[in-house]
Amino acid sequence: MRNSHHIKDANREKSIFAFRSVLALIIVLAMLAALIARMYHLQITNHSHYQTLSDKNRMQLRSVAPTRGLIYDRNGVLLADNQPIFSLALIPEQVDDLDFTIKQLGEIIDLQDRHVTGFKKRLKRSRRPYKEVVLKSKLTEEEIARIEVRRHTLPGVEVQAELARYYPLGEATAHSIGYVGRINEKELAKLDPQNYSATNYIGKLGVERFYESELHGSVGFETVEINASNRILRSLDHLASTPGKDLVLHMDARLQLKVMELLEGKRAALVAIEPKTGGVLAQVSTPSYDPNKFVTGIDHKSYGLLRDSIDTPLFNRALKGQYPPGSTIKPVVGLAGLDVGVTSRDYTINDRGRYQLKNDDRIYRNWKREGHGIINLKDAIAESSDTYFYELAFNMGVDRMSRYLGYFGFGSNLSLDVSEGRSGILPSREWKRAWRGLPWYPGDSLNMGIGQGFMLATPFQLATMTALIANHGQWVAPRLLKSTRDGSIVLSQRPDKGSDVALNKPDNWDYIVETMEEVMHGKKGTARASGARSSYRIAGKTGTAQVVEIPQGEEYDAEALAERHRDHALFVGFAPADDPDIAVAVIVENGGGGSSAAAPIARAVFDEWINVLSVDADQGVLQ
Amino acid sequence: MRGDFLRHMPGADASLGKGKSFFYRLHIDPILLGLLLALVGFGLVILYSAGGERWAYVERQGIRFLAAFGVMFVVAQFEPSFYKRWSVVLFVLGVIALLGVMFFGVGAKGAQRWLQLPGLPRFQPSELMKLIVPMMAAWYLSSRYLPPSFRDVFVTLVLIFVPVLLIVQQPDLGTSILIASSGLFVILFAGISWKVVAGFGAIVASCLPVMWHFVMRDYQKQRVLTFLDPESDPLGAGWNIIQSKTAIGSGGTWGKGWLEGTQSQLNFLPESHTDFIIAVCAEEFGFVGVLALLGLYLMIVVRGLYIAVKAQDSYSRLLAGSLILTFFVYVFVNIGMVSGILPVVGVPLPLVSYGGTSVITLMAAFGVIMSIHTHRRFLSR
Repeated sequence: MRNSHHIKDANREKSIFAFRSVLALIIVLAMLAALIARMYHLQITNHSHYQTLSDKNRMQLRSVAPTRGLIYDRNGVLLADNQPIFSLALIPEQVDDLDFTIKQLGEIIDLQDRHVTGFKKRLKRSRRPYKEVVLKSKLTEEEIARIEVRRHTLPGVEVQAELARYYPLGEATAHSIGYVGRINEKELAKLDPQNYSATNYIGKLGVERFYESELHGSVGFETVEINASNRILRSLDHLASTPGKDLVLHMDARLQLKVMELLEGKRAALVAIEPKTGGVLAQVSTPSYDPNKFVTGIDHKSYGLLRDSIDTPLFNRALKGQYPPGSTIKPVVGLAGLDVGVTSRDYTINDRGRYQLKNDDRIYRNWKREGHGIINLKDAIAESSDTYFYELAFNMGVDRMSRYLGYFGFGSNLSLDVSEGRSGILPSREWKRAWRGLPWYPGDSLNMGIGQGFMLATPFQLATMTALIANHGQWVAPRLLKSTRDGSIVLSQRPDKGSDVALNKPDNWDYIVETMEEVMHGKKGTARASGARSSYRIAGKTGTAQVVEIPQGEEYDAEALAERHRDHALFVGFAPADDPDIAVAVIVENGGGGSSAAAPIARAVFDEWINVLSVDADQGVLQ
Repeated sequence: MRGDFLRHMPGADASLGKGKSFFYRLHIDPILLGLLLALVGFGLVILYSAGGERWAYVERQGIRFLAAFGVMFVVAQFEPSFYKRWSVVLFVLGVIALLGVMFFGVGAKGAQRWLQLPGLPRFQPSELMKLIVPMMAAWYLSSRYLPPSFRDVFVTLVLIFVPVLLIVQQPDLGTSILIASSGLFVILFAGISWKVVAGFGAIVASCLPVMWHFVMRDYQKQRVLTFLDPESDPLGAGWNIIQSKTAIGSGGTWGKGWLEGTQSQLNFLPESHTDFIIAVCAEEFGFVGVLALLGLYLMIVVRGLYIAVKAQDSYSRLLAGSLILTFFVYVFVNIGMVSGILPVVGVPLPLVSYGGTSVITLMAAFGVIMSIHTHRRFLSR
């Protein structure tokens, strides 16, 4: 106490200190009590609340996407496969600066604006926290390696493997199998959110779309323990997903490829149906496109090229192309005429190449200017006389004609599983009043009798009609699916999807088939060139649909018309005529005449199916 | 030193009990030592779990403790009067070092706390001030009449707040709070009149808005705001508190078991081996474990206060009382912050949190306390 000049009272200081120490101890005890009370509040009073929070932290219910069912053709050839692809994905919650990370990634791998805009779009959609958002699909091995090397400097960046659809036949099946693509906002709203919680792809078109629920399967769940960085440490519990069902189609991949080859370079469509089963053997529309590009998202430029192409490769002509059926419906009109009794097998007319209604100046021309002379129904079909059918249509009237055509599937889509098919137009008095606001004129019936005028049909509908004739009216609805691989789904006949056509005189079936055989094998048959030298009998009918109306009194000159103004060439037919294995409808847009442009294609298909593929099957080459 | 030693009554230590003579000759208080060892042992057990079962953490921290106990032992060998004599010099050097930090300091994460002098290991002057400021305050007040006059209190406050303000601007709010309290405890123990306490309290309260607007950094304000409403930013600043409360609450009465805490083992709990280590203890050992830990702390505080009361001169009393209460402030601020009743301030759980600097200073403080207890002058009774 050297610097103190006061007299210090040591005892007083000591007692002050002792008193204050006791006070300090009391305050310490009070503060400790506060801490203990707080701990009690957290650990005892609210224990279960925090237990739940803690479990929520570490346990996550993850949904496991089911494996999509595969699609096979009738011989077990794979048409739609699942292949692993690697995608670059970001977990936004774990990325500090999205733009910066994307910029960094752009320096490592090739990232284009479309990847970034697509990512931003997906980012805005509702999703689970910590669910990754794809930035780029289909990484190359090199890209994966480049990312993996830098992974530790890129938090929240993941390379994830997933199964994506692959279509081995590419273009050949685009218009029948369709394709899957990433689920979009609109689809998301309609889907079962639970079952699709782990699914990235959905069937957009064709078989993929129609059988979406069978192919998809059902979602599985896994309770996993995760750490704070969302890394899975172990699986606590799991409920396996149910894979989608594998489908077997009636389609024959070899025939499908053969048809692709035959239609190469044409704007055309062909549908082949097995009459006995209704199974679609081949369904092709050309030009086509590669469906694989659509699976993980097609880029803008490629899509623009497809969308804007004058040849409309994205347009499914087989199902959605609605064409005037032309003379291909003459067998049905003839059959109707026989059945209602407005004509008979022996009834003849003298075809002078023109027809005129009473009190009407308009001249209805025959395609062959000078006419066919004296002809009966068989001649009229074989030579495709328009004059005969003008008269027949006039005598039958629109109501009966429309009714019979309706039996054959016109004006509706009667297939069991081809959902995108259009219905065409089956004209009637009611239709014309409703859609055109005009009464039916007799001239309308004349045009309808030769498949022109208002009437429109798709190639699929024409094939349906042809198969029904081949079956002599016994209705077997066309379908793509043969069965599932495990045999569990069998398509059942639906009463609203067509019914048998019962004729008053059933032997007219044989007769009408005869007339169609005459088309192929008769001396004057319009498709006799395509029927020649065949080892089996073919029943067929050619058709030519006008694209441009030819003004009265003018000559039709195919050469002079621009290519796209030329007539559409059509052909329908089945073979062998007495016991049909295959019914075909083919249209070649602006192909000119049905006999020259369409019938040879059908003949090649018949040959392939009857002489090559069926023989292989009989000899057990397949499987 | 030698003269001081001679003034000891030979056998004074022996009068306290034969069993204690060995320790007293070493200037160690065996009770305090036993309690500290128990705390450190429990702390290492928690640390093994909190550090993700990495032996390296325990090993490194164990080595630090060995060093810290060595420091404690050395510090205990010097008489309290030695520290009293050097208080002013140390204080002046300390303030100069803090100014050095301000101008030449090095640091990380936006704070400048370290001083790198040529020929010396890198050190943190603010840590040393935890000991020096109460020494200085005790030196000044013990040389005055007690209870202190208003003027004495004012001078002491100036002495305290010069270093405190230097540390606040580093910025290091946690250390400033601890140093300010250690100084204030000296004033309170010296017998400051309650009226003066109330007066200063009113002044401080009126200064708070000024602090908020002109002194506190954005991140400090953010911590206060987050403290007031942690749910407002559940993934950002509030995350720590939500996760630590979850860890503590989910521990329940008996805890999830050692190494079984999901919050800490799966890294949901941030800073689990440093500032938030009490949450690991609470999660794995439950309410019972927390009571045990708090019990140990209480016993250490009680023993420290007992030593302070028994001390023979004002300087020793004020210093020991201040050091032991500051130790408790560590505990209270840390647990209060982790359990969500105080804002997040960077204060470790003393002798349990992983980290070296605070361990050394704390054990040095206990060395001073032991020195006070074991260098008793028989005559002054």
